[in-house]
Amino acid sequence: MSEFLQFAFSGITVGAVYAMVALGFTIIYNASDVVNFAQGEFVMLGGMSTVFLAAFGLPLPLAALLAILIAALTGVALNKLVIEPARDASVVTLIIITIGASIFLRGIAQVIFDKQFHRLPSFSGDDPIAVLGASLTPQSLWVLGGAAVIVVLLYVFFNRTLFGKSILATSHNRLAAQLVGVNVRFVLMISFALSAAIGAVAGILVTPITLTSYDVGTMLALKGFAAAMLGGMGNPIGAVVGGLLVGLAEALGAGYLSSEYKDAVAFVIILAVLFFLPRGLFGKTGTERV
Amino acid sequence: MLEVEGLTSHYGRIQALKGIDLEIAEGELVALVGGNGAGKTTLLRTLSGVQPASAGRIIFRGRDITRSSPVARVGQGICQVPEGRQVWGPISVEDNLRLGTVKRRGSDVAADLERMYAMFPVLKEKRAQAAGTLSGGQQQMLALCRALMANPDLLLLDEPSMGLAPLLVDQILEAVLALKAQGVTVFLVEQNAFAALKIADRGYVIETGKIVLCDRGQTLLDNDRVKEAYLGI
Ligand SMILES: Nc1ncnc2c1ncn2[C@@H]1O[C@H](COP(=O)(O)OP(=O)(O)O)[C@@H](O)[C@H]1O
Ligand SMILES: [Mg+2]
Repeated sequence: MSEFLQFAFSGITVGAVYAMVALGFTIIYNASDVVNFAQGEFVMLGGMSTVFLAAFGLPLPLAALLAILIAALTGVALNKLVIEPARDASVVTLIIITIGASIFLRGIAQVIFDKQFHRLPSFSGDDPIAVLGASLTPQSLWVLGGAAVIVVLLYVFFNRTLFGKSILATSHNRLAAQLVGVNVRFVLMISFALSAAIGAVAGILVTPITLTSYDVGTMLALKGFAAAMLGGMGNPIGAVVGGLLVGLAEALGAGYLSSEYKDAVAFVIILAVLFFLPRGLFGKTGTERV
Repeated sequence: MLEVEGLTSHYGRIQALKGIDLEIAEGELVALVGGNGAGKTTLLRTLSGVQPASAGRIIFRGRDITRSSPVARVGQGICQVPEGRQVWGPISVEDNLRLGTVKRRGSDVAADLERMYAMFPVLKEKRAQAAGTLSGGQQQMLALCRALMANPDLLLLDEPSMGLAPLLVDQILEAVLALKAQGVTVFLVEQNAFAALKIADRGYVIETGKIVLCDRGQTLLDNDRVKEAYLGI
C-alpha cells in the first residue's frame, strides 16, 4: 500500500507538469487550431532561464518572474514570426513548422546556456512529509499547488472576464468575434503568451525535482501532447485529467514493471487513443471549456 | 452617412463585386436585394472589413475607412449581423450578448441587456442556456441583439429572414423598424425582396456584383423588372 502510494505521489507530481504542458497545447489549439510542438521548449526556457538568471545573482523569485517573461515573449515571437506568416498552411504543415521551431529553440538554448544538467534548490527545503507510510517532498506540493492555482486562474479568466470569454468566442467562431470587434490577432498573441507562461511556470516548479537541460522540452512536449490527446484535444478539463493519468501510468509502469518503460508509456497512450478513442476521454463536447 | 464608390472585391481570381456605388443617409433604412450569389454578403463583409476591397472607397461620416480594421469599424459604430446568425453555440445567451460589448461606446451594459430582454423576452427566459440550443428564430434575435449591444450607428443585416417562418420574419422586421424609429441607420440585405422593400425607405438591386437598380422602396416593389425577377409576379 505505502509502495503504491509512493508511486502515486510521484505520478501525480509529474502528471501535474504534463497537465500544465497539456493546458498550453489546449489554449493555443483552441485559439488557432495549431498543435504547437514547441510547447515543451517553454518549459525548458522557464527552468533554464531561472537557473542562469539565479546564477547571475538574481534572487530566485525575481529570476523566476523574468524567466516567465522570457518564455512569454518567446511565445509571442513564435506566433508573430513563424505561425502567423503560415496562417493559411495546412494543419500538417503547421505541425511540422512548430517542430522546426522547437528544434531551432533547442539549438539557441544550447548556445546561450550549455549542454549540462542543472538544478534549482527546492523552494521549501527537502524534508519529506510522511503520509500513510509514503513520503511527499515539499517541492511536490509546490508543483501540485502551482498547477492548482493555474487551473483556478484559467477558470476565472475564461469564465469570469470579458476578455477571457472573447478568446473562447474567437475559438468557436472567428468571424463572429471579428464582427463584434474582437481583435483576433491580439487574442492569438495573448494565447501564445499565456501558454508559454504556463509552460515556464511548470518548468520552474519541477526543476528542483527532475533537473533541467536544453533538451528536456522534447519529451515534455510529447507527454503533454499524449495528455491533451487522452483528455480530448481542446478540452482544458481533459488536459488536466489526461496529464494526471499519463503521469500516474508512467510512475506505476516504472515502479511495477521497469523504469525502462517510463517514456514508452506516453507513446502507448498516444497510439491507444488514436486507435480506440480518437476524440479522447472528454471528446469535444464544446459546451464547457475552462 | 455611408458612401461607397466603385467598390470591388475578389475571391482569388473571381471578382465578386464589380464596382458598387451606393449611399445611405443618417437615419435611413436602406434595403439591398438580389438573388443567391449576387454579391450581397461579400458587400457586407467588405463594409465590415473582414473581406478586403480591391479597389474603390468606403466613406463613413466623411472618413475613408476602406483600409480600416474590422475592430476600428465596430469602434466607429458599424456593426453587422452576419448571414446564418453565427452565434457562439456553446456560450450562454447572456454571454453572447455581453460579448457584443467588447468594443462598446457608452457604458450602461446592464440597462441595455434589459432593453434587449424587453424586446425579445424569450432571450431572457433562456439567458443561461447555451446559444446553440435556441431555435433558428431565437438565434436570429440573439444575433441582432448581440450587434445592438455595441450601440451601433449603422447596422448591417445579412438576410435576417433566411430560414424563418413568416411569423418570425415579421417579428424580426418589426424590431428593425423599431430600431430605425430610435435613430439607428439600417442597411438590410435580403433575398426576400418583398419583405425588405416593403419596410425600406430606399432600395438597391444587385446582380452579379453590380447595382442595377436604385429607387424608393415602394417604387421598386412596383417595378416590372423587380416583380418578375424577385417577387415572382
Ligand atoms: N469564400 C468564397 N470563395 C470563393 N468565392 C466566393 C466565396 N464566397 C462567395 N463567393 C462567390 O462570390 C459571389 C458572391 O457571393 P455572395 O456575396 O455570398 O452572394 P450573396 O450573399 O448575394 O448570395 C458568388 O459567385 C460566390 O460564389
Ligand atoms: Mg449571402
